[in-house]
Amino acid sequence: MFRKIAISAVSALTLMTGAASAAGEAETTDVAFSFEGPFGTFDEHQLQRGLQVYTEVCSTCHGLKFVRIGQLADAGGPNLPEDQVKAYAKAFPINDAASNPQFVDPDTGTARTLLPSDHFPANNAMKAPDLSVMAKARKGFEGPYGLGTNQLFKGMGGPEHIYSIITGFTGESKDIAGVSFYENKAFPGGWMAMPNTAIAADQVTYADGTPATLEQEAKDVSAFLMWAAEPKLMSRKESGFKAVLLLGLLSVLLYLTNKRLWSKVKGKKLAH
Amino acid sequence: MAGIPHDHYEPKPGFQTWLHSRLPIVSLMYDVVMFPTPKNLNWMWIWGIVLTFCLALQIVTGIVLAMHYTPNVDLAFGSVEHIMRDVNGGVMLRYLHANGASLFFFSVYCHIFRGLYYGSYKAPREVTWVIGMIIYFLMIATAFMGYVLPWGQMSFWGATVITGLFGAIPGVGTALQEWLLGGFSIGNATLNRFFSLHYLLPFVIAALVAVHIWAFHTTGNNNPTGVEVRRGSKAEVEADTVPFWPYYVIKDLFALSVILMLFFAVVGFMPNYLGDPDNYIQANPLATPAHIVPEWYLLPFYAILRSFDNTVWAVQFVHFITFGIVDSKLFGVLAMGGAILCMALAPWLDTSSVRSGRYRPMFKAWFAVLVIDFVVLMWCGSQVPSTFTGWVGLIAATYWFAYFLVILPLLGVLEKPLLQPASIEEDFKSHYADPVAGPAE
Repeated sequence: MFRKIAISAVSALTLMTGAASAAGEAETTDVAFSFEGPFGTFDEHQLQRGLQVYTEVCSTCHGLKFVRIGQLADAGGPNLPEDQVKAYAKAFPINDAASNPQFVDPDTGTARTLLPSDHFPANNAMKAPDLSVMAKARKGFEGPYGLGTNQLFKGMGGPEHIYSIITGFTGESKDIAGVSFYENKAFPGGWMAMPNTAIAADQVTYADGTPATLEQEAKDVSAFLMWAAEPKLMSRKESGFKAVLLLGLLSVLLYLTNKRLWSKVKGKKLAH
Repeated sequence: MAGIPHDHYEPKPGFQTWLHSRLPIVSLMYDVVMFPTPKNLNWMWIWGIVLTFCLALQIVTGIVLAMHYTPNVDLAFGSVEHIMRDVNGGVMLRYLHANGASLFFFSVYCHIFRGLYYGSYKAPREVTWVIGMIIYFLMIATAFMGYVLPWGQMSFWGATVITGLFGAIPGVGTALQEWLLGGFSIGNATLNRFFSLHYLLPFVIAALVAVHIWAFHTTGNNNPTGVEVRRGSKAEVEADTVPFWPYYVIKDLFALSVILMLFFAVVGFMPNYLGDPDNYIQANPLATPAHIVPEWYLLPFYAILRSFDNTVWAVQFVHFITFGIVDSKLFGVLAMGGAILCMALAPWLDTSSVRSGRYRPMFKAWFAVLVIDFVVLMWCGSQVPSTFTGWVGLIAATYWFAYFLVILPLLGVLEKPLLQPASIEEDFKSHYADPVAGPAE
């Protein structure tokens, strides 16, 4: 009796733990990403393409302030050669007066030497949100009935949300008090400040020859942002596997030990 | 350890006697580890060891996390990202700690409901039960303050909602709230004191756990029959019990190992499933999230808090007869506190002389409804408030109180319990054949 109750309570619990919320009728398209599920891994070529999309398109308005540039060389991430990472980092101006006017010494008129950060630059010039952990800060469909089962099988839906935003513009726009808003099917409330011209097909040219459709760009940059939000994803899963396997083995040994130990006290279970 | 007669530690001449006459620490450990434990304990008696493990896990991971965390409103969010990106093993440390809280609460709910079903709260174990309830209450406080530390949106707004509850207390409410926060709203002072208390309370819990164990080692464990271990002679005790070591240590370690396997699967493969994505947005006092919800383990009591709004006639009635002192907000706070208090008072609310639910046919059904009720409340707490969830929540919250305040007292009078076994030994023999002689050891 008690066991039955416990089992039903446990299964109900696991079904409902996705805490619910969602304003507006935002649609999230489900995308099959390579990094989903316990066996999923990042595709380094996709991450490299995503880095290109971020650099050439998104970084105009969005920063990535928590992400270390050096981690672009990480295995289990974009895995770029070190010289390419160094060349990438060199592109960011550090000590020039034009990009850091607030650090110009008023007496001499020259830029002060700054301690260079090893992170991607923050960028809030256009009031666009930082994208460092964006892929973990958004969610997809939590239903049915707010039970969270969809997320249990298809993931939290952060990268899917980013993909849906990029591909979700309807082309409509409106001005409210001098500010333009653009209609987007995936955005809660339906209207967002990000312009529908921000990203389009063929805005980047992929070196590996992948056709740069809007969907492809969206998919690549969503995957890249998932890596940016969780750069240790692959080593984390690896730790998970080791722990599960070792604990599984330990459980078998302890089960046998326990059975043998109790055989001195307990005989066969009697049928009633 | 008084109570059940059993063998005690006999120091050998030499160093053992020398130490024993100065500090009987080996004797204490011997009595704890060799404690006679009912031999019929089922798998619901494993949660104690899981809980002890959780407390140790949270303290150990927490101490290391505190070495890298910065309790400052401008730096806290970034320092958590620093832990996730730059600290060796930081990902596992943080995810173990965050999901460790979930395992902790999952286990404590199993532990509490086991106690409620088998009547573990009844005389002579009331003190063990009440201490357990105090531990549970401190766990809630600790988890709540810990959730504020990453300084995400849900940290900030959850803290705003919950500390706002103190403002509902008549007269001193606002002053008390400002004193707790160290200001007019959640700010740097709040974050610092929450960090300090989040570090302190687990050690208070650890001390209370020791008292909890001391208390039930004085009374002896309850067991699925609810029939006490016979204490007439050592032979009787030996027929009813086995020593904790090795029988239950190995059994509990096996259970712990299986549970940890599932736990590490969650930590390794879906560490953010139980969390709220909004907490990956840095706290912003100017932007309120669309839907503020606590973590899953606090949802049932959050649902009780929300259920009693000013459309409920009972709330309106209390508001009227108290000349407006108890408004709907204060009513909700009292209901939430009262829901936990009811549980703590179970030893005095349950009038049945039979301890275990196994021999209480009517109780079984009402208890099953309570478990479902708890899950329904949890679901209600997670939903965006609507008329439907309002009604479901109100009915579920009412049942929670009805169970403790009406059903438990009445059942003891109305119910005809089944026949209980005379002893643990008798029950054990009716379930298991005698052990066959094993291979020579």
